[in-house]
Amino acid sequence: MSGTATNGRRVVVTGIGVVSPLAVGAELTWKRLIEGQSGIGRITHFDPSELPAQVAGQVPDGPTAEGGLTLSDWVPVKDQKKMDRFIHLGLAAAIQAVEDSGWTPEDEDDRCATGVMIGSGIGGLQTIYDGSLTVSSGKARRLSPFFIPSALINLISGHLSIRYGFKGPNHAVVTACATGVHAIGDASRLIQYGDADVMVAGGAEAAICSLGIAGFCSARALSTGSNDDPTKASRPWDKDRDGFIMGEGAGVVVLEELEHARRRGAKIYGEIGGYGMSGDAYHITAPAEGHNGAFRAMKAALRNSGGLTTADIDYVNAHGTSTMADDLELDAVERFFGDDAKRLAMSSTKSAIGHLLGAAGAVEAIFCLQAIRDGIVPPTLNLDNPARDSVIDRVAHVAQQRKIDVALSNSFGFGGTNASIILKRFKD
Amino acid sequence: MSDIADKVKKIVVEHLGVDESKVTPDASFIDDLGADSLDTVELVMAFEEAFSVEIPEDAAEKIATVKDAIDYIEKQKAA
Repeated sequence: MSGTATNGRRVVVTGIGVVSPLAVGAELTWKRLIEGQSGIGRITHFDPSELPAQVAGQVPDGPTAEGGLTLSDWVPVKDQKKMDRFIHLGLAAAIQAVEDSGWTPEDEDDRCATGVMIGSGIGGLQTIYDGSLTVSSGKARRLSPFFIPSALINLISGHLSIRYGFKGPNHAVVTACATGVHAIGDASRLIQYGDADVMVAGGAEAAICSLGIAGFCSARALSTGSNDDPTKASRPWDKDRDGFIMGEGAGVVVLEELEHARRRGAKIYGEIGGYGMSGDAYHITAPAEGHNGAFRAMKAALRNSGGLTTADIDYVNAHGTSTMADDLELDAVERFFGDDAKRLAMSSTKSAIGHLLGAAGAVEAIFCLQAIRDGIVPPTLNLDNPARDSVIDRVAHVAQQRKIDVALSNSFGFGGTNASIILKRFKD
Repeated sequence: MSDIADKVKKIVVEHLGVDESKVTPDASFIDDLGADSLDTVELVMAFEEAFSVEIPEDAAEKIATVKDAIDYIEKQKAA
């Protein structure tokens, strides 16, 4: 990005929070991910036996110390029923991120310089389902006064701001499965433009309910062939893949203007190195041949990276949903990287946690930061027989040790919306 | 205490997440028990459901304390 509007303001990540099918907690999720564990199992949130897709990545219940979800550790009991599950999961990740960052605004100026941008792809689907049953059974007057604020997507941002007194920009992104990347990218720009010094940004999703699974089944988007072998169901690029696996959870980062982070001695996970967007203008659910939209999003991310080239990028966390579109993304990545594709590692972590829809891009951006920090590329599980060959190392089955200074994460959503974000090692 | 009073108290404890000892007859839902305006709407709905009574909006607005709720419901049930 050029011009005076940004005043050269750099944006770094100083806090991370994850709620995933592998664990509640960014570090435990990461540990289990690089061990090759899978978070996919038979659906227990409801009885899925009437539906063709019966497996998903559900957040495990259990003690917080063991990586399970104990909701009362995050949301007071009396407030829980005022929020859909996607808000519960979003708050759990956001609270982790804020506490990890150590940022506590001390005065009104600080509070006004701290904003929130946490979105969701779908929002309170189970709440809407339950509410419509109440109305259709003739009890419209009994509909809870919390029905609307429970279902609204921007209410994670709302609740978080109330909890911590964050009075800066309060916003929420809704771009289906690209939500998480758009939230982090757009929030970074708010910091670059001086609208805030700190932004808490990310995405959350909890659509593993009968309406959500039935809807994606009808769109023929979900895997139906591995109901008896759930951990094998999500298999990006494999020739036997047959659809995506729904996951639930949330990913949230604390973004901070570099000098602000330095002044308070904050721990820095990495820097936002670039961000690009595009639209397909093609079809509501399918990308076009060659996935030109993905190509243009990656190109746009590089264009405003301050001089990075494809040779600098060591790792791509692919959108890679375990659908036919995987190979179209592969086409676009190969074309974009050209000769540099040979030295690239690319994996799809959806093989382990499923597709977290509006949370996916945020969780995957956090994985990129952890990969940079630890020098480890997470694996693509179940890639037994690639549907087609590629010069790109897709990190089948087991994690790899590799020096990673720069990583790129792709997310694409229904409607033909594409976003790419570059995360890089922080250097003075 | 009447059955109605017991049941009202139980609903208040459940919906507002407050300690039973705080739910005294004179306790105000908003001033003493931490409710906001949406909480009071939901409380009234819960009373309607539990006691099979209709509480019109103008009556609901006058129910500010635990005792107000008990009195209103007892009157409706006696009628």
